[in-house]
Amino acid sequence: MQRIINFILRYRNAFLYGFLTFVSLVITVRSHSYHQSKFFNSSKWLTGNVYNLSANVSSYFGLREENTRLVQENERLRKMLFNSNVDGPESIDTLSLNYEVMSANLIKNSFASPRNYITIDKGEKHGVTQDMGVITTKGILGIVENTSNNFATVQSVLNTKSNINAKIKNTNYFGSLVWNSEDYTVVQLVDIPRLVPLVVGDTIVTGAMSSIFPENIPIGVIKKYDLNTSRSFYNIDVELFNDMANIKNVYLIMNKNKEEIEALEATTANE
Amino acid sequence: MNSVIFLNGFRFILLILAQVLIFNTLNFMGFINPLVYVIFFYWYPIKANRAIFILVSFILGLTIDIFSDTLALHTVASLTVAYTRPLLMRFCFGVNYEFQNFSFKNTTPIQRLTFLGLLVFVHQVVFFSLEILSISHFVLILKKVFATGIVTLVLCALFSSLFSPRSE
Repeated sequence: MQRIINFILRYRNAFLYGFLTFVSLVITVRSHSYHQSKFFNSSKWLTGNVYNLSANVSSYFGLREENTRLVQENERLRKMLFNSNVDGPESIDTLSLNYEVMSANLIKNSFASPRNYITIDKGEKHGVTQDMGVITTKGILGIVENTSNNFATVQSVLNTKSNINAKIKNTNYFGSLVWNSEDYTVVQLVDIPRLVPLVVGDTIVTGAMSSIFPENIPIGVIKKYDLNTSRSFYNIDVELFNDMANIKNVYLIMNKNKEEIEALEATTANE
Repeated sequence: MNSVIFLNGFRFILLILAQVLIFNTLNFMGFINPLVYVIFFYWYPIKANRAIFILVSFILGLTIDIFSDTLALHTVASLTVAYTRPLLMRFCFGVNYEFQNFSFKNTTPIQRLTFLGLLVFVHQVVFFSLEILSISHFVLILKKVFATGIVTLVLCALFSSLFSPRSE
């Protein structure tokens, strides 16, 4: 017994190293396949506030550019509004809307690692919940993964765990949007059947199969495509509309019917 | 003794802030984010308790992981660097390092640079292997290790000459 204790004491550093490494390796491997850790993420009080402080300072440098982008979007939306059958913003019946939109600022961006998470400055206090869709003026950005009182982390489309339903615009052929972690301007659309006629430059938009995003939110254009190894589905490279390295303002989308849809799907799956 | 704790605590916080607020957002050439906090392991007192050193490195790695949402990658890399540091020191400075009066002052700059380079190399290899965790992406790991490693080494060498500690 004495010798065992002596042995442990002699190699205590090695044991300590082994133990701590084991713990962190378990966490690492888990983070590769499961959701982000609920307790340790950058939406928490300390990390969120540090990023918020830094974003408060650095956001001044991009104000002019950001302003132009927002005015351009307003211009586009005005054009759509005037050319549609709706009489004006006042005539929209807010009770019958399916989607609610909320704006937020990005306080931490990341696009260089294989699993990128983005932190935004809206949290539970403002009504943000898990699995809300996040878009920018140009296109899709990601899905809310964890929330704290004042902040939330977003799983970016540039995340190897991300899997979003997408389709080719004006058709009903849909596939899954994934990322191979090689280039932050290009994501991959898989599971599009071989018989679909494709052209480089076709627009890819979100599909109707998800309860997170509304249909027809722009994602990107087809950059190149080829058949996969089984030669029955396409692997399509999609160039994103968003410049993932330069994002300031984002919109959160809340589907008001989401709970109903999910409850219905759950009962159907159980039967 | 107190000044040593204070100095290292101060460094600890400053390096975390520098890493998460400046160097993690650098994205030089699209993907190079130098991991400059490795210099903490270079500056840490040589004669200090090893168990505490390993614990401190665990906390350092974990804090950076929480900030950058890369849970436990930085932790494993930091732990490995902290554990292998005595080995690397013996390799770089020879038996001199075992003596009581050893300090960085009576080593050559080449020895110090080799030591720093090895610390950075061990850290990068562990970090990127775990980040990508796939043998089929071996070339990608190699590319990231060397590109980021060289930038990190240059920055760390600059830092070590800019803020060289006098009292230790």
